[in-house]
Amino acid sequence: MNHFPEAWGRPRDDVYGAYNSTYLQTSGPKAHTTSPAVTGTSVLGVKFKGGVVLATDNLASYGSLARFTDVKRLRVFGGKAVVGFGGDVSDMQYIDRLLESIDIRENYSSHGNMLNAKNLHTYLAKVFYKRRSEFNPLWNHILVAGFDADDQPFLSSADLLGTTFSSPHLATGFGAHLAVPILRRKFPDERGIETISREEAIEALKECLKVLFYRDARSLDKYSIAVITQEGIDLREDEQIEGQSWAFAETIRGYGSQTS
Amino acid sequence: MTSIGTGYDLSNSVFSPDGRNFQVEYAVKAVENGGTAIGIRCKGGVVLAVEKIITSKLLKPGANKRIATVDRHVGIVSSGLVPDGRHFVSRARDEASSWRGTYKGPIPISALANRLGGYVQAYTLYSSVRPFGVTSIVGGWDSEAELAVDGQVGTGPKSGAGGKVEGAKVGGPGLFMIEPSGLYWGYYGAATGKGRQAAKAELEKLDLSAEKLSLHDGVKEAARIIYVAHEDSKDKEFELEMTWISSLDGPTQGRHEEVPRELLDEAEKAARRALEGDDEEDEGARGSGEQMEE
Amino acid sequence: MIGHGTTGMLGEDGIHVDMNHLKSGEVKNLDVSERRLFGLLSHSQQPLTSTSMAINFKDGVILGADSRTTTGAYIANRVTDKLTQVHDTIWCCRSGSAADTQAVADIVSYHLNMYGVTNNESPTTQVAASLFQELCYENKNQLSAGIIIAGYDPRHGGQVYSIPLGGSLHKQSFAIGGSGSTYIYGYTDAHWRENMTEQEGIDFVRSALQEAIKWDGSSGGVIRLVVLTKRGAVRHLYLPDNGYTGPGATN
Repeated sequence: MNHFPEAWGRPRDDVYGAYNSTYLQTSGPKAHTTSPAVTGTSVLGVKFKGGVVLATDNLASYGSLARFTDVKRLRVFGGKAVVGFGGDVSDMQYIDRLLESIDIRENYSSHGNMLNAKNLHTYLAKVFYKRRSEFNPLWNHILVAGFDADDQPFLSSADLLGTTFSSPHLATGFGAHLAVPILRRKFPDERGIETISREEAIEALKECLKVLFYRDARSLDKYSIAVITQEGIDLREDEQIEGQSWAFAETIRGYGSQTS
Repeated sequence: MTSIGTGYDLSNSVFSPDGRNFQVEYAVKAVENGGTAIGIRCKGGVVLAVEKIITSKLLKPGANKRIATVDRHVGIVSSGLVPDGRHFVSRARDEASSWRGTYKGPIPISALANRLGGYVQAYTLYSSVRPFGVTSIVGGWDSEAELAVDGQVGTGPKSGAGGKVEGAKVGGPGLFMIEPSGLYWGYYGAATGKGRQAAKAELEKLDLSAEKLSLHDGVKEAARIIYVAHEDSKDKEFELEMTWISSLDGPTQGRHEEVPRELLDEAEKAARRALEGDDEEDEGARGSGEQMEE
Repeated sequence: MIGHGTTGMLGEDGIHVDMNHLKSGEVKNLDVSERRLFGLLSHSQQPLTSTSMAINFKDGVILGADSRTTTGAYIANRVTDKLTQVHDTIWCCRSGSAADTQAVADIVSYHLNMYGVTNNESPTTQVAASLFQELCYENKNQLSAGIIIAGYDPRHGGQVYSIPLGGSLHKQSFAIGGSGSTYIYGYTDAHWRENMTEQEGIDFVRSALQEAIKWDGSSGGVIRLVVLTKRGAVRHLYLPDNGYTGPGATN
């Protein structure tokens, strides 16, 4: 299992063998754009009846160093869609400014910004694909949440290669390994999003964030959560993971036969 | 025009012996025929208004906007050749976006006016181009809040920045008018187009330099002034288009927006009433004057 | 004779790429000892500056840095000035490649001066931070630069921004950077308080840097500070031979 942003987009070692680095020049220009520096971890998203919830923690790591603990990785677009960013923070800021310029341009018409989350996702996926084709990828894995043209809840992912997925619940990075199984159990396909309430969806994400905080070494207990409904976006950026379970540590003694 | 036929008016890059650029002066003539446009710098924002002459019954009412948004906090209205105005707006948008690209924030109104002034002036220098056939009014609001860098992450100290000089006035309304020569000034009230003389006379009565006129009163005055300025071309029908930019705590929160339908209707109604009232008063005054005669 | 061949490799396509040579801008062929003297060393051996920080305090900001520049284990300069002025009350702490950060600071300084004269208004710290970020982000392939920007302007007061390696921009209440900073994450986090007085702020920065100098082999020498308030910039200096107690303010 290799979920680190440094390994994104590379052929799997267990299938293709380790990369033969002798093809690389040992000296010469160092390519920072082919490896991220300051990174954010998982993004989680769930659809519910009438909307979508998105959550990320507030950490930006520098390797294993918890470098910045106040980085808000949920970004609002045009008051109607939210983008959750994993991966490189400098590229996140670049995309955020790109989205700002698009919103400004859209507002030149008297209709205002008519782009919905689905349009935005299509656009961003193409931006990612273009940049990877120029061998200068934007090192992010994102979730886009909002509504489509039929006003149905919308949730899709796009990654640094321009690959896209859509599902009633999605997670990037470590969350793809740890959160998605939890969400699948809670919200099996047969249920359909019509039976999922807003509160249930929020609770599920909080539960996933807690598990990720337990098991993702690049995570933080401070997080942001956005609830997107037709009424608008409820974005909270200074939340704290609650109800953690640690006291059972007292019952754990030794590593096998020891009992005292 | 005495210069016609002397040859000095044929090219942009040629001065007349008495130091005039006739091409620029002809461009001003194009402006003088355009629908009246005005801008008022009020206490809590800026109002822009234009008299849109209806050239055909086949045009859809309310469509074909003449006041454009630049970035989020600037509006531009021009008088003269409409396509020239559109190109001018397009350049303004490019300038605002290029500023954002470098400085990661909104362009100050004065800096935008400066760049646009430079752009228009360049069209007076070369024989291969003609000057802009528009005079444009650029109105906007420079944010009075602390500015964030676009795409900012992190917030700094919770208690806020240390050593801030409290009470220092920052941001506020900006209103500039740029002429075909590239000349531009900052104004309290600006008017251009066919009815500019009447409009200027009305603007001067408002004592705008006292900076007391509220934005809502500014909207009403702007509507009235456009109606007054229309008096001389009463045979033509017109539509009033009006936008505003308020302070952050005002109705548009620092953004350039159309004046809401309801307020626009109210202002137009008041404008018509004021004009009718004026007529009656005038007649009344004349009447009483006759009586006073001995 | 153009001096490539000693570093760099011939790629498969036969094109010779030697970034170190390009970056040195050197045309003479130097032997290894000369290269060391002129600082024309391989990327990993380029002069690296080591611990720097900046904090917000009650009246503005304070920047601080040690004075050691190393090439490998050799101290190339023991009295380096890593605090660089880019405008009247906007300064930065440079860490990473000395050549890269100096080049970036020079470009930003030029742009800020142009901003000042064309807009009849001093640039804000945000403007400086934006310019730094644009350069660091767009040229991340070529640069190894970690920059902390601290500035004072009457409108926004003191502000601190940090730009780490990838070119992201972070507004912070205080920032630490450079190789020695990893040793003082715990110290600074535990002792940080908002709204310190000037003296408390100076003591905080000085003792944090003292700790970094103590534990980090790449940090050392004197401690230099700059205090930025509405009264302008004041430099401080603290020397190792008196336990970093003085002389203190030097202008």
